[in-house]
Amino acid sequence: MYKIVEKKILNPTVVQLQIEAPLVANKARPGQFIILRVDEDGERIPLTVAGVNKDKGLVKIIYQIVGATTKKLSYKQAGDYLQDFVGPLGVATRLDGLKKVCVVGGGVGCAIALPIAEALKEMGAEVTSIIGFRSKDLVILEDEFKSCSTALKIMTDDGSYGEKGNVTIPLKDMLEKGEQFDMIITIGPLVMMKYVVETARPFGTPVTASMNPIMIDGTGMCGGCRLTLNVDGKKVTKFACVDGPDFNGYEIDFDEAMSRGRMYSSFERHAYEDTCNLFNKEVR
Amino acid sequence: MAKANMSLTRNVMPTQDAVTRAHNFDEVALGYSEETAINEAMRCLDCKNMPCVSGCPVKIHIPQFIGKIKEGDFEGAYRVIAKSSSLPAVCGRVCPQETQCESKCVRGIKGESVGIGRLERFVADWHNTFSTDDPIRPQSNGHKVAVVGSGPSGLTCAGDLAKKGYEVTVFEALHTAGGVLVYGIPEFRLPKAIVSKEVETLKKLGVKIETNVVIGKTLTVDELFDGGFEAVFIGSGAGLPNFMGIPGEALNGVYSANEFLTRSNLMKSYLLNPQTPIMKGGKVAVVGGGNVAMDAARTALRLGADKVYIVYRRSMDELPARREEVEHAEEEGIEFKLLCNPTEILGYNNPNDPRDAKNGFVTGMTCVKMELGEPDERGRRRPVVVEGSEFTLDVDTVIMSIGTSPNPLIKSTTQGLEVNNRGGIVVNEEGLTSRIGIYAGGDAVTGAATVISAMGAGKTAAKAIDEYLSK
Repeated sequence: MYKIVEKKILNPTVVQLQIEAPLVANKARPGQFIILRVDEDGERIPLTVAGVNKDKGLVKIIYQIVGATTKKLSYKQAGDYLQDFVGPLGVATRLDGLKKVCVVGGGVGCAIALPIAEALKEMGAEVTSIIGFRSKDLVILEDEFKSCSTALKIMTDDGSYGEKGNVTIPLKDMLEKGEQFDMIITIGPLVMMKYVVETARPFGTPVTASMNPIMIDGTGMCGGCRLTLNVDGKKVTKFACVDGPDFNGYEIDFDEAMSRGRMYSSFERHAYEDTCNLFNKEVR
Repeated sequence: MAKANMSLTRNVMPTQDAVTRAHNFDEVALGYSEETAINEAMRCLDCKNMPCVSGCPVKIHIPQFIGKIKEGDFEGAYRVIAKSSSLPAVCGRVCPQETQCESKCVRGIKGESVGIGRLERFVADWHNTFSTDDPIRPQSNGHKVAVVGSGPSGLTCAGDLAKKGYEVTVFEALHTAGGVLVYGIPEFRLPKAIVSKEVETLKKLGVKIETNVVIGKTLTVDELFDGGFEAVFIGSGAGLPNFMGIPGEALNGVYSANEFLTRSNLMKSYLLNPQTPIMKGGKVAVVGGGNVAMDAARTALRLGADKVYIVYRRSMDELPARREEVEHAEEEGIEFKLLCNPTEILGYNNPNDPRDAKNGFVTGMTCVKMELGEPDERGRRRPVVVEGSEFTLDVDTVIMSIGTSPNPLIKSTTQGLEVNNRGGIVVNEEGLTSRIGIYAGGDAVTGAATVISAMGAGKTAAKAIDEYLSK
């Protein structure tokens, strides 16, 4: 069992937890993920590591309440325990040699982008961050991004905070003005990452995208997380859990990944409702 | 002693009838009664040269345990088996006895061999039901050994070493111990309660089991040595599922057998209101002809499929699955599409509505018919495509069961560990790898094979580790 040491509500649907898992904390690097189960018979869900405290043996995770398992997780409080917590899994984001980087995060993806931006700053790289949210009340980690970024752009879909529009607007603007990034690192919804790649394409700036597909074991065993890369005109199957989660954005078949992400949508909707109903019954 | 039973046929294994069992996950084979077991034991001629033992990868003293059954001393029979095998209740169920011990049985020359596997199962189940004897935890010899992976090879290695007084810790990547015994082999063939019972027995012997530790990620093999372990056994299995590389394998509804079985077995998707989803019902094609393919097909059927096909590119004679499993599958109504090979998986696509919920899901599979040509280098006749034989199989789910490759996680994080061109860890006949103190066995070495061969490898390595650390 793994203790929840601290719980912080970042916005109405996004929660930050500090979990006691010293072995994971000791090893995890930016870009890697963990898999947890809330309770016995629970589903295994992958979540990217949002930070670690090696001295205290703590791993920070930030998640959005989107389905039954994250809903159940949101009922857990500091002092409660998680059934299982395993990691760090996947390959850490490759940051070696990067001097000037644009980090583009969307929604809860910003939680994963942050440790990468912080690691880059620590390396002495120049970091431009663009973070996007649906609206003002969903903005998270603004101060944290401010302190590790040379420049920070906040975008909201409805314009209620920062500037109105998608993250691709300032990105395109910067690239057109001749900004030369060694790398664009993007983490967020698939459709956002797809358009970040399309925005960068005419300029030829390298793009790394962090994938978060459906997976079970996270060690390469099930193959559920497979995605297709187009490498020099050839289709190549890769497993996000062991080959990723980071991939060259230009090679990823995003449309296929989006389609695969919908495999269990109807199941998930029902499971989510059931979890809420169950909880409401217990409260009553 | 009573006279030998000279019946040419063995006692029939009672099973759930095919119609009933096709809709439940309860065990198919029900096991011998005491009377039947004794009657079957009487068929053993107690040959002095014991040909059966030479066919057993873990060298169980077969005539001796059968002799105890003849006397009605079932616990005594168990003690004989337990000397050689750490997992008798498992082996009695999933070993391919017909190609091992039973293939050497003298009674098999004229008639059927003694039902050795069925007797082993009987003895183990009798012990698990009636025995109150706890295994005795031996005095520690002070040596620490780490075992990576809690599948059949790891559990066997751990058990053998623990019996000799070693302090053994088993590291398991998943949340439950048992490896393929829990995520791969379905409940109806190997009830999970039996696996956990065997694991509990090992714990009583002093074996520590650490779940949720991925060696190669959470800890490296070298860190295990730094942490005071003097030898390491790697039994990490054959992880990565193979796909065919045909168009459409990324469609929704295409699974690897590993994923499909893991969802059903380990994650319990077969239960009512599961927390982990799985595609149920409809028409299912399982591609491949091994035991795993049979397990996947029969699981799909029990999950409520209307129709299940096994699609295999060779003929029934080459089908690698155990005969008994094939027979069970056929009885349950699984249709074998033999000499048949998929070329493409077809998916639904509504060009007028990108939000159509059916978009991206499997609608069928294009196959070609095959015929058998010249034998290949292994002597198996090579399947050749019959020109113009293309047809479409109407299916909603496709399960690829065409083998696995060893998991690279440990190799890539352990310097100096030699692997072959297929990714298997290279070992000598004692299970020693290219690094001193590191041993390996099971599918991590051989690629996908059987539970018992993995157990044999775990046993060999345990012996070598004992010799290495006793020096």
